[in-house]
Amino acid sequence: MKQLLRTQIRQIHSNNKTFPKTFDKLLIANRGEITRRVIKSAKKMGIKTVAVYSDADHNSMFVREADEAYRIGTPPSKDSYLRMDVILEVIKSTGTQAVHPGYGFLSENSIFQKYLQDNKVKFIGPPTKAIQAMGDKIESKKLARAAKVSTVPGFLGEVNSDDEVKKIAGEIGYPVMIKASAGGGGKGMRIAYNDKEALEGFKLSREEAISSFGDGRIFIEKYIEEPRHIEYQILGDELGNYIYLPERECSVQRRNQKVIEEAPCSIMDQVTRDKMGKQAIQLAAACGYYSTGTVEFLMDKNKDFYFLEMNTRLQVEHPITEEITGIDLVEQQILVAAGFPLSYKQSDVKIHGHSAEYRVYAEDPSRKFLPSIGFLQKYKEPRAHENIRIDTGVQEGSEISMYYDPMISKLITWGKDRKECLDLLANAMDEYVIRGVTHNVGFGQSILRNKSFQDGQYTTAFIPTFYPNGFRGDPLDHSDHAQLALSAHYLRNLYNNLGTNNHTHEKVYYVSIKGGDHDIDFKIEHVDGSKFNVTDMQSNKTTAHDASDFDLEYGAILRFKDNGENKLVQFINSKDDLYFNFYYKGNTVHSAVYTETQYQVKGHMAPPKKVDHAKSVISPMPGSIVSVSVEVGQTVTEGQELLIVEAMKMQNIIKSEVEGKIKKVNVKPGQSVAVDELLIQFE
Amino acid sequence: MKALQSRLRNLNASKLPGVQLFQTQNKEFSAQAAFTQRFKQIQEEALLGGGQKRIDKQHASHKLTARERINLFFDQGTFVEYDKYVTHRCHDFGMEKEKIFGDGVVTGHGLVNGKLTYAFSQDFTVFGGSLSETFAEKICKIMDKAVLTGAPCVGLNDSGGARIQEGVESLAGYAEIFQRNVDSSGVIPQISLIMGPCAGGAVYSPALTDFTFMVQDTSYMFVTGPEVVKTVTKETVTKEELGGAKMHSSVSGVSHRAFENDIEAIASTRQLMTYLPQNCHEKRAPRPWTQFDRNSQSSCKVLNNIVPFDPNKPYDMKIVIDSVVDRNQFYEIMPDYARNILVGFGEVEGRVIGVVANQPQVLAGCLDIDASVKAARFVRFCDAFQIPLVTFTDVPGFLPGTVQEFGGIIKHGAKLLYAYAEATVPKINFITRKAYGGAYDVMSSKHLNGDYNYAWPTAEVAVMGAKGAVEIIFRGKNVEEETKKYEHAFANPLKAAERGYVDDIVIPENTRDIILDNLKVLESKNRIKPARRHNNLPL
Repeated sequence: MKQLLRTQIRQIHSNNKTFPKTFDKLLIANRGEITRRVIKSAKKMGIKTVAVYSDADHNSMFVREADEAYRIGTPPSKDSYLRMDVILEVIKSTGTQAVHPGYGFLSENSIFQKYLQDNKVKFIGPPTKAIQAMGDKIESKKLARAAKVSTVPGFLGEVNSDDEVKKIAGEIGYPVMIKASAGGGGKGMRIAYNDKEALEGFKLSREEAISSFGDGRIFIEKYIEEPRHIEYQILGDELGNYIYLPERECSVQRRNQKVIEEAPCSIMDQVTRDKMGKQAIQLAAACGYYSTGTVEFLMDKNKDFYFLEMNTRLQVEHPITEEITGIDLVEQQILVAAGFPLSYKQSDVKIHGHSAEYRVYAEDPSRKFLPSIGFLQKYKEPRAHENIRIDTGVQEGSEISMYYDPMISKLITWGKDRKECLDLLANAMDEYVIRGVTHNVGFGQSILRNKSFQDGQYTTAFIPTFYPNGFRGDPLDHSDHAQLALSAHYLRNLYNNLGTNNHTHEKVYYVSIKGGDHDIDFKIEHVDGSKFNVTDMQSNKTTAHDASDFDLEYGAILRFKDNGENKLVQFINSKDDLYFNFYYKGNTVHSAVYTETQYQVKGHMAPPKKVDHAKSVISPMPGSIVSVSVEVGQTVTEGQELLIVEAMKMQNIIKSEVEGKIKKVNVKPGQSVAVDELLIQFE
Repeated sequence: MKALQSRLRNLNASKLPGVQLFQTQNKEFSAQAAFTQRFKQIQEEALLGGGQKRIDKQHASHKLTARERINLFFDQGTFVEYDKYVTHRCHDFGMEKEKIFGDGVVTGHGLVNGKLTYAFSQDFTVFGGSLSETFAEKICKIMDKAVLTGAPCVGLNDSGGARIQEGVESLAGYAEIFQRNVDSSGVIPQISLIMGPCAGGAVYSPALTDFTFMVQDTSYMFVTGPEVVKTVTKETVTKEELGGAKMHSSVSGVSHRAFENDIEAIASTRQLMTYLPQNCHEKRAPRPWTQFDRNSQSSCKVLNNIVPFDPNKPYDMKIVIDSVVDRNQFYEIMPDYARNILVGFGEVEGRVIGVVANQPQVLAGCLDIDASVKAARFVRFCDAFQIPLVTFTDVPGFLPGTVQEFGGIIKHGAKLLYAYAEATVPKINFITRKAYGGAYDVMSSKHLNGDYNYAWPTAEVAVMGAKGAVEIIFRGKNVEEETKKYEHAFANPLKAAERGYVDDIVIPENTRDIILDNLKVLESKNRIKPARRHNNLPL
């Protein structure tokens, strides 16, 4: 069944399809994975492709894969990917007939579109006026209301009296949110489920707003309970045909950045789906839309939904829609741009199975998801599998630079049902090898192990609820530790005996797993053959293990069988034939493997020294110092701004976590700093 | 190896049937038997060194005993001890009443990673590990044996210094050791671990050996201690500040690495020894390269991207080395000292190489006094022990300034030049980016008998950077235009390739394969040095 379904979908994707003549040559005004994605469809349609690149990308995969590639400037986007004049020159000199903008950069830039129009070059995307209409938050809402699309009810003016409060709240319908116009950080905000609460909230919010912000203006809007982010992919052509595709759910977000997306939504019913899809089309029709677009809704616990905004581009998460519908969205975009009608009618659209996407980023989940830059010193994607799709612009050796979005790849899986899809996603994450930058794969694994997520019971509050302080790895139990201990033990024997005549496998080893304050020690006793006893030295708990079929792939993925179960641990590196480091369940695990002789004397060694970070401020990321707001001898309070570090064009204010006197300032504005570099010391 | 031990065990009186016979038949005939019984006690005594109390004290200060260290150092059960029952000959200051078996040092041989190695381990629990005449004799005995059999000699140092009660005999003992350090230098690898105090004359033995490792917080080395310093120079310093592991590993360069504790120091020494041959007459045999190794090795693709377009932007040369060597394992020597140059060992398909590389991340990779001396000593070690040299060059020149000139950068820089020029081992060089001025010549250039010299496409071989050159040639006229011309001419490796100063311009990701291929070709390299008493390098 699964195989058949898959074959059917792949057939739609297949290269054998014949296409009408669209364009001879198209240029992709973008970089990385999305450029590769467009090249793939263009190739299939017999269109020659032109890539443009900055110096930072000269060696990138997309540059090599395009039929032609031209340098357009230096690494900063404003000097290359946003240089319309230079891109236009390339367009003219290459005889390009159409431009695909990808997402970001110039994809929603009306000046660029006008440039193209003036030069008789087709823009592969929606019409300018639709982009402009949807780009304006207020106008788009008005347009949506006019098109009978459900919007968040609210009164766009300030309320001044109790009567007004009751009246407006009644019109909107409870629950409502009473919000201070100047509010922020939860201050001056109240949720009310009835008139009494509304009046009370109004009074409190106003008082709070006056005292906190000196501004007592209050607004009321609909409070959406347990909101989920649901979006509909729509397709339209210049002839006025529209279809909507089954929804994507993107509720797992942090700071409006989507983390994991799945299609279809696990709690969606056909009636609501049709209702939402139809409204999405109504909105598209109302603004004369064509090409691909996405209409985003918030859906509450009663499956009431409200229009949020419309994205007038091909979105990052478009692959999951392709996976469950078999429709190549880029192909449709190109056909539509060439004036052809859509290849599908609404009745052709069916849901095949389930698909999910995880955005693999070079970022540090333990440091507020700050970007991590560096080289992919080791990079190996999960083994090829017909239901795993990886859209990426990088390969081993690529640099994740500070100039662009630090996305490594989009890991997409498909399954005949949600469980199969998510299981495959979890497996794929297990064997994804990324070294050289900090990444968020462990965070994704943790989300997939979350019960609420597994049950499909989650809202946009998912990350704030389960990961309020970022992510530092899932807690490990005895069984996890036993796996790690067996792995470390295996590697020590392997590394110590590499090519030497020294095959002294001792009967007993000890593995210390470094904890926060103390090590957790395990004794590993080789019973015979593949049989081992693992004893926790604190609790004296012993478990028996039949550990066999050890295999270290790529020097990074350690697979073995433990009591018949398949195990997988990611090995990072080793030092001095003593220390072995792993990446496991989002944790970076440091371990040491001791022989009996070493372990017997380990207790005499000095405990590891602790660095008192409270006394010093270190750089959370590589970047450059924009300004320093304190000087030596100054006394600062907790939360006071110390300095600003800029990285990835982002300014990050570093605030004092303690109260104290500045002893030393190690940096000056303009200076570049490395991650963990000591910036400021306190007395 | 175990033979001697087991023989000793068998001496245990009760297990010898003959002895039993004597005991039962004739009690007067049992002098021998009595000794065998006493011997058991003596054995135990000898193993205890300065006694349980002092052992506990040693442990309390986070140090291991001499024997514990020996056990950690040698492959299990392979250590054979010599001179366990030696005692001192001092009859002054009541010393004749205080005799302890072994006299404060454990010496012998055993296997390290399966290979014959000699070691001594000073016992701080016995007279504070102080060096007596007999103590020195024991050390000299194994040093002589090590040269005779062509095996490395490792010293585990933990000593309060000279045994003052003995006076000149003790001093003579030091000098006997120094002489042997010098005689063995370049013949067998010599390694010193400093795991406790090492002061006064004692410091010179480690200083004469090839590598000195220290343990943080428990070891220190100085010629004169804080008390004397205070009376002479009025400076107030702690032992740690004056001669701790951190200071010597990052400031003075006396120590080649600092370790957290004894276990780590010894484990790492064992790892270092996997890269070394037994003596100067043999090459370290390649480790077998298996299918497993092949599967584990990552590609060198990162090298294609690592050099930034902006010539003033640094990059981490360690990534270059890591991706070239097997298992990405680079055993770095002096990682915290003169960080503008990287030196250390690695393997390429199991063949050992010594790596020298400028580090653009620190001081832009400039050569200064410290970097020159650090690299020169490493190059000479590799040459002495037949370890091929692979050099990665990205050097903007020698560091300018009065500090450097006053400090004698001329003679210190000459050391590195000298070391490369005299080295007869295979020499392979990759210019990754800048190779400017005299520093280009120094860094294993073709002109210093380099065997294979390559340039990456990002290489620039020139007398200096374009801007500086133009300023001089054109005296400030048309700077921008002329700079462009100069850049066009020299900001690439073509000029050097036209002359044959680089043998080829290579794609960075092929670097590892090229090294391997060259190592195979140069396997039979044999350059004979001219006959002379010895050379005269600028000290």
